[in-house]
Amino acid sequence: MNLLGLAWRSLLNRRFAVILTICTIALSIGLVVLVEQLRSEVRQGFHRSVSGVDLIVGARTAPVQLLLYSVFGIGDATNDISWQTYTELKELPEVEWAIPMALGDSHRGFRVMGTSEAFFEHYRFGNREALRLAEGRVFEDLFDVVIGAQVARRLGYDPGEQIVLAHGTGNVALQSHDDHPFTVRGILAPTGTPVDQQLYISLAAHRAIHIGWESGVQRPGAGIDPDSARARADELRPNSVTAILLGLTTRAAAFGLQRRINEYRQEALSGIMPGITLQQLWRITGLAEQVLRVVAALVVLAGLLGMLTVLLTTLNERRREMAILRANGARPWQIASLLVFEAGLIAAAGIVLGVALAVVVQVAAAPWLLTNLGLHVGLSWPEPWQIGVLGAIFVAGLLVALVPAFLAYRRTLADGMQVKT
Amino acid sequence: MTELLNVDQLQFTWPGDARPVLAVESLTLAEGEKVFLYGPSGSGKSTLLAVIGGLVRPGAGHLFFRGQDLAAMRGSQRDRFRAEHLGVIFQQFNLLPWLDLHANVMLPCRFSRARARRAGNVRSAAKQLLQAMDLDPSLWSRRADRLSVGQQQRVAAARALIGRPALILADEPTSALDSDRRQAFLELLFAQVEAAGSSLLFVSHDRDLARRFDRAIDLTELNTAGFSA
Repeated sequence: MNLLGLAWRSLLNRRFAVILTICTIALSIGLVVLVEQLRSEVRQGFHRSVSGVDLIVGARTAPVQLLLYSVFGIGDATNDISWQTYTELKELPEVEWAIPMALGDSHRGFRVMGTSEAFFEHYRFGNREALRLAEGRVFEDLFDVVIGAQVARRLGYDPGEQIVLAHGTGNVALQSHDDHPFTVRGILAPTGTPVDQQLYISLAAHRAIHIGWESGVQRPGAGIDPDSARARADELRPNSVTAILLGLTTRAAAFGLQRRINEYRQEALSGIMPGITLQQLWRITGLAEQVLRVVAALVVLAGLLGMLTVLLTTLNERRREMAILRANGARPWQIASLLVFEAGLIAAAGIVLGVALAVVVQVAAAPWLLTNLGLHVGLSWPEPWQIGVLGAIFVAGLLVALVPAFLAYRRTLADGMQVKT
Repeated sequence: MTELLNVDQLQFTWPGDARPVLAVESLTLAEGEKVFLYGPSGSGKSTLLAVIGGLVRPGAGHLFFRGQDLAAMRGSQRDRFRAEHLGVIFQQFNLLPWLDLHANVMLPCRFSRARARRAGNVRSAAKQLLQAMDLDPSLWSRRADRLSVGQQQRVAAARALIGRPALILADEPTSALDSDRRQAFLELLFAQVEAAGSSLLFVSHDRDLARRFDRAIDLTELNTAGFSA
């Protein structure tokens, strides 16, 4: 047994206080790791969702707001874009594809998006991956609905299921479109983006179920029955869409087109580049993240001070232990290093346990983030700089231990061989 | 007999004190000699042991140990000297409570290679000493604080003797024992001190024990500082 072994046995002897100290440090480390991991995972999750989109167009609004309500289903649009504008944008030479989004309906808490086939064909997520159907097909009948993977999983829907949509996206007193039941036709494969949390209907269907709803509520007798709607399917189109996702022939065209959209004469539009707008979003949330980081750092400090307290309070009890060690040939520096070893063992155990704790919480929180934000939060190996931070915390733990180590050093010199009872 | 220890005009003053607590003109100890040192508390016993143990450095004079002057050594040299040549038994609470008996006995060999070398196989040397000190093998793996005081003192003696140090310093090791066990302890200690060829400096205020030693010294006479006060 060497000095480290002695430190270990001495710690075992005081395991209750030591375990509590390790838990304190583990909690603080867990918080630090969690804040950083979730931060980067959430950011990655957001980027995944818009990685294939060059421009998002909506009615004039703040860029961050447009991004949040169009892609992430956070908040609501204040205004729509006219159908006219949509067709004009779609025809522009630099526009390769345009995905219309007609929002405003929901089904059991999930958003319903009226869109065109362009969505299934051109939307890209993550590393330029295309959407894939896990089951069924895209729209065949007018009243067909394609549902996201999470919708299917959570509501237990299979192709062929008859469902009714609700008007509005709020949670209370929704009026339902029960005169136009839809049939689940296809289920999308999981993407780990908000795509999984939505239902998709055609623009014509979106129009059909809203005939007679122009004032926001259904005018009695003004609707169109499903069969006549099917007969007129080709001419049904909405008067407006909520937002448009654009893919351009070249990314370089984005700046010019964005300016033209923002200066569009016929109506007030906002065009945003998702990547840049996300950066703006991170600048807004950055302050909160900094606060969280500072809090996490302070908690780590509290954890280390807790360890210092434990080491200092045991120092008196251990005065005899140190005199015995000294009488048996231990040198003052060896006794001092016992304390540093102990702190090292405590800090290392705390760090390992803390990282494990963060992993557990991350795994536990992942489903919640997926359901509530549509964000896929995976486990990732800590980045080198994070490992560096953990290493620095470990070193800080050793440095903190220098205080009791120094006291023990001085005391063993002063006490001589006297063993005080 | 060859000389092990030679104290010459030694003085020691605790830092902050005006006058020395210890002033010894001359004290010698031969190799293998068992010396009884008696004196009431306050007569400078602890200080003398701390000086001989190399824990504190005398302010004046010399302390030759096998010809080497401890008073001239640096702290780290005195540490090495202590680890290598001294076995220490205190009045009480000698053992690390969280180690088992076996590990407690092996402790000095952990801090001195020379001592471990002299012990040979440290584990079996510790076992032999425990056996010699009449401690049942069933106790060896027990935590030290589970033992009676008498058993603990015998473990402390075994530990002091491991690696055959030149000098055993015993600071009232029997004062916590009743008189029967005191005698038994002394017998076991003497036998092993003789077997190891060590010298013994035994401090106590119990003069009844003195006759069993080669020589008895009265500390109140030896320490002239106490009377100058």
